[in-house]
Amino acid sequence: MITRRIARWIDDRFGAARFAQTVLGKVFPDHWSFMLGEVALYSFVMLVLTGTYLTFFFSASGRQVVYHGSYAPLRGQHMSAAYASVIDISFKVRAGMVMRQMHHWAALVFIAAIVVHLCRVFFTGAFRRPREINWIIGLTLLLLAMANGFTGYSLPDDQLSGTGLRIMFSILLSIPILGTWIAFLFFGGNFPTQEIVGRLFVFHVMLVPGLLIGLLGAHLAILWHQKHTQFPRAGRTERNIEGSKLWPVYALRSIALFFLVAAVLAALGGLVQINPVWLYGPFRPASVSAASQPDWYIGWLEGALRLMPPWEVRAFNHTIPNPFFPGVLMPGIVFTLLYLWPFLEARVTKDREPHNLLDRPRDRAIRTAIGAGGLMFFLVLFLAGGNDVLANTFHLSLYAMTIVLRIALVIAPPVVAFIAYRLCRELAKGPVKPLQGPVGYTVRRTEEGAYETDGDHEELAGDEADVSASP
Amino acid sequence: MSDRGPNRPLEDTPAREAEEQRATRRIAAVFAVSAVAALGLAITYIAGGQPQVEGALLAVALGGIGAGLVMWAAHLLPNEPVIGEREPMESDEREREAFVHEFSGGEQQLVRRRFLTRMLAVAGGALGVAALFPIRSLGPSPGHSLTRTKWRRGSRVVDETGRAVRMGDVRLNGIVTVFPEGHVDDATSQTVLIHVPPDELRLSAQRESWAPNGYVAYSKICTHAGCPVGLYRTSDHQLLCPCHQSTFDVLEGARPVFGPAARPLPQLPMEVDDQGYLVARSDYTEPVGPSFWNRK
Repeated sequence: MITRRIARWIDDRFGAARFAQTVLGKVFPDHWSFMLGEVALYSFVMLVLTGTYLTFFFSASGRQVVYHGSYAPLRGQHMSAAYASVIDISFKVRAGMVMRQMHHWAALVFIAAIVVHLCRVFFTGAFRRPREINWIIGLTLLLLAMANGFTGYSLPDDQLSGTGLRIMFSILLSIPILGTWIAFLFFGGNFPTQEIVGRLFVFHVMLVPGLLIGLLGAHLAILWHQKHTQFPRAGRTERNIEGSKLWPVYALRSIALFFLVAAVLAALGGLVQINPVWLYGPFRPASVSAASQPDWYIGWLEGALRLMPPWEVRAFNHTIPNPFFPGVLMPGIVFTLLYLWPFLEARVTKDREPHNLLDRPRDRAIRTAIGAGGLMFFLVLFLAGGNDVLANTFHLSLYAMTIVLRIALVIAPPVVAFIAYRLCRELAKGPVKPLQGPVGYTVRRTEEGAYETDGDHEELAGDEADVSASP
Repeated sequence: MSDRGPNRPLEDTPAREAEEQRATRRIAAVFAVSAVAALGLAITYIAGGQPQVEGALLAVALGGIGAGLVMWAAHLLPNEPVIGEREPMESDEREREAFVHEFSGGEQQLVRRRFLTRMLAVAGGALGVAALFPIRSLGPSPGHSLTRTKWRRGSRVVDETGRAVRMGDVRLNGIVTVFPEGHVDDATSQTVLIHVPPDELRLSAQRESWAPNGYVAYSKICTHAGCPVGLYRTSDHQLLCPCHQSTFDVLEGARPVFGPAARPLPQLPMEVDDQGYLVARSDYTEPVGPSFWNRK
């Protein structure tokens, strides 16, 4: 049999048979929420595949050219070689449009999947010992993904992305002491520069993806070594894991998920228009279009810039500019808190034990409340990032909208946190235990004819007593 | 009774076999659909390509494989949960101690040469510092580029096409984006020239002569994050930045009245030369654009 011959040939050279056999039998939990990270992973695979194709046609140059291509409305216009090449990818390169749109959609789905995955890990306490390091790597992956998203949509050098770069320059400029130099060195001079497209390209296709791939590998290797967490249920303990074996069930399902993610991205890329840069026109520093919105994951930062009151620190002949506070300080604090969360929580709860069984969010009311409040904070900022669109759509005053959102940013998160806390407390009191599974145990007849039972009797008895004692 | 999950009968019954045959046929059909879509994809490409058709066919081709595999896993593979063992992460105390001992032993051998370790640190540090210098090549010194523009005393005001602007070219309440002559499209010099009713202007005493006949000029770069302040509302003479909605009162020296901008837009002093052309009296008297650390 061919498998045997190949296996022997490889094992002769690596002695990998024992390890490989444990790999095949590795158990993965069946709960749907464990797919979120995989969706992110497979979106990343699609990003690499479609992105590689795009690099063959993209020209990473800010050099000015005159367009003579197939898209009539732009013919004869001055534009950067980068913008012209994106127009060509969209209209001239066969299959280029689908690849470009799939690439952009994949980026949006990639980051969305990471964020939802992060929420799952946060609210179920999956970041607790021994998984603090993977929490840190995961957050870094999120930051890198956002950075690569931003550099990616800045590459076409269209009017919209140029506006984004202008704001990015101003945010770098706002950093105290070093800001001016950081901005000038990164952009190669005062905005706008021809150099920036080429530099963004190196970040976008080499530096950041390199880090992403490295850290993704570490993230998965650690996950593999530590094994998955699992939700508590009869028969599940800290010392075991229930689910499906890698070979063949889980492998088949996971490959299926890859194809389904790819299918959704293909459908979006082909049928749902995204970032039609040919409508925005090439970047002109003196023009801007109303309702300029960044991609969704930058929306909270855009909103923070919009909601910030007109404060600036001026003292001793120096200025700390306004964009520093919403554009650098606020996200800096947010991510510092996220990075430190596992350690802060352990310090407060004094719980430093290893955990493989997940928390139900309702059983950790304070953590859930803080998480819900945090999400509300992001939601208000996200809405503020589109305050002009909202005001326009609902025929409200833009200024009233902004003031309401400023107030909401302060009031809504604590209110939501309080409601979440009360809700958790009420739910935890109730008799419904969705993660407990059916009460009872399985009786099996063994080959010898004896009977044996699964499950821990005492634990079950305890649960039953608990249920009947509840009002 | 469900045929899946823990309640599935252990032995293969005829009913179960029939069920599996049906599932096999369904899955094969889904794979066939996928193959047909992939073929269609190739044909579409050869025929010249069409984004919507390509996306739809690719989705069907990929989705067919995905759906088929899902059905395969659900109907034809065992679905009883298995229990795997999980060993504690930590090694035992003896192994840990052995590692620490081994490492410290090596460390002792190195640290004993204190002079050498210090010199190594010096060499490494010096190399690190030297390696920082090439960063300087990435961009020019900021120099005066944040504090000066291309406007000079006597610079003619030209529009985006390079045509010089005369008194009377801008209708009342009209707005034009202008540049200094010879520097059209220079990003830092971009300026808005607005013709407002002269008697409504409320400029400070020293700027009274900066807006002849109500031709008032401000930097077009928002003092918040640098977007072009492109929207002008004539009803209340306010300039609005579309990026973050900073709003400036044109009649009052572009004082910020709403949004995150903390400084007025710098005003360009205007005058009329003897041929009736609008010219600058000087460069801006303060830096244009967003604030920075060294700005007073």
